Amino acid sequence: MSVVVAYSADVYGKAALAYGATEASRRDEKLIVVNDTKGDAYVDKRLAADAEIEALRAELSRLDVETEIHQDVVRDVAEAVLQVSAESSASLIVVGVRPRSPVGKLLLGSVAQRIILDATCPVLAVKPDGSGV
Amino acid sequence: MGSFDLLMQGFENAFTPTNLLYACIGVLLGTAVGVLPGIGPAMTLALLLPITYSVEPASALIMFAGIYYGGMYGGSTTSILLNTPGESSSVVTAIEGNKMAKAGRAAQALATAAIGSFVAGTIGTLLLVLFAPKLATEVVKLGAPSYFALLLLALFAVTAVLGTSRLRGFTALFIGLAIGLVGTSTGQPRLTFGSPLLADGIDIVVVAVAIFAIGEALWVASHLRRRPLDIIPVGQPWMSRDDWGRSWKPWLRGTAFGFPFGALPAGGAELPTFLSYITERKLAKNPEEFGHGAIEGVAGPEAANNASAAGTLVPLLAMGLPTTATAAVILLAFQSYGIETGPGLFDSQPLLVWTLLASLFIGNTLLLVLNLPLAPVWAKLLQIPRPYLYAGILFFASLGAYSVNFQWFDLLILLVIGLLGLAMRRFGLPVLPLIIGVILGPRLEAQLTEALAISSGKVSTLWSEPVAVIVYVIIAGALLFIMGNGVRTLLRNNNQKKKVLA
Repeated sequence: MSVVVAYSADVYGKAALAYGATEASRRDEKLIVVNDTKGDAYVDKRLAADAEIEALRAELSRLDVETEIHQDVVRDVAEAVLQVSAESSASLIVVGVRPRSPVGKLLLGSVAQRIILDATCPVLAVKPDGSGV
Repeated sequence: MGSFDLLMQGFENAFTPTNLLYACIGVLLGTAVGVLPGIGPAMTLALLLPITYSVEPASALIMFAGIYYGGMYGGSTTSILLNTPGESSSVVTAIEGNKMAKAGRAAQALATAAIGSFVAGTIGTLLLVLFAPKLATEVVKLGAPSYFALLLLALFAVTAVLGTSRLRGFTALFIGLAIGLVGTSTGQPRLTFGSPLLADGIDIVVVAVAIFAIGEALWVASHLRRRPLDIIPVGQPWMSRDDWGRSWKPWLRGTAFGFPFGALPAGGAELPTFLSYITERKLAKNPEEFGHGAIEGVAGPEAANNASAAGTLVPLLAMGLPTTATAAVILLAFQSYGIETGPGLFDSQPLLVWTLLASLFIGNTLLLVLNLPLAPVWAKLLQIPRPYLYAGILFFASLGAYSVNFQWFDLLILLVIGLLGLAMRRFGLPVLPLIIGVILGPRLEAQLTEALAISSGKVSTLWSEPVAVIVYVIIAGALLFIMGNGVRTLLRNNNQKKKVLA
């Protein structure tokens, strides 16, 4: 059993990770952080830089549960998160949800929405503190 | 009327609101495509060639020149922040520039690149204004045999001097010359395969769009998913007094390297930027800083690439000889207006040429004003997913190719030559010799025909003019040098093999 966190390198991802880490300790389950990218742009802001991943590893190593960080180039980020969850028989997926404009909703899909709809285990949708979304 | 009066007239014409607007669009678009790796000014100009059907010549050429200069600016941003050169001309900038950015000096690196480009671009354009008209008045006196020899030299130099493999270079050149042969321009159908659709030849616009846009788009599509790179965040570019003190000499030296190399038929910005980098490393007060982010290593090459862009316009405007891919497409723009390019350009189209020259000064200033405050915005462009970009490029490429003659057959040719472009990228064939071959091939033939017609068929007329003889000696010398080098490496390899066997 495990807790899977869909991580992005911003406040939403950090909020999700904070909840995920606490939850994994409480349940005494493995914590899996998924920070995948479609890799179709030269720069993906949501993909954590190497230095950030190192800092993350150091921080997570202080937890009393086993942790794992994924950073892969995948066709579909939501699908990749769901696949990792299925493989590790996750008991919980944690996602950060972000505000989206009407135009944004029209043009772009939402990773969080697809995870929430398609997951076979409970999903915890987290918002960063005080952002009021 | 002196050059100065003509230039002032050019400024007057370039400062009209419409032309100023086109200059703005040009530099913005140029910087944007310069920032994006893989999309260069040559591809952008090729895609924009169809606007020559509806826009005034001066306006279109002002925009094109803005794109050309802008591309040189934009390339440095990507080099510095991402360690991936946006353009081949800013490969060297990445060496020191990215190190500077990693050490927290991205703002200074961007500033020295932008200001250095402005200084070099302005000096380069001044030199262009001084030299190009003088060169044109000399070249216009030359006869067909000399001109034939010069064309031959341009083809030879672009193919043999640039790039690593001569075999690949000449393969590309001959493919280009072969494409240029198609048609019935000589009265005889050649390579038309009996098809009336090929009788008019293959439109060079279609070839340019196919090679630059379709070939590149297919190439990117064939390895689309890559791990994104870490970009270094940056604020407003600025420089301290110390940075200025260390930058101004490399700027001037870079300009001195860039302009002459750009003006030579074997131009391009790769060689002078590299030479500038080596020189700065040698002259630096503290050479140990090189490799860890020395500002001189950004200032010199960035000045060199902009100066070479100005230098490239000397043979283009004075002789009608393109030496880079972008210059080749600008030449196509002239041709699609039915303007005779060559030494006569300054006489036949004075207002157009001088407006273009004046707009270079304006564009250069616009670029500095735009680039210093906008660098962080340009960096955002790199977050656009490539599928969106390349879908747009494919759309405009097809539209552009179709609008040449409004016949489906051109789309077929676009696809076939686009696949050729993909194959060339796959096998490491340079595309520049091909496009230069397509453009210069027919002109080479026309000059040869003219020379032989005047001499009533005597081949000896080809070396009857002193300039032609000098050019042939240069070609022969270069050829001997290359062959000598080849033989030496061959012998060395053989010796090594013998040693291994013994």
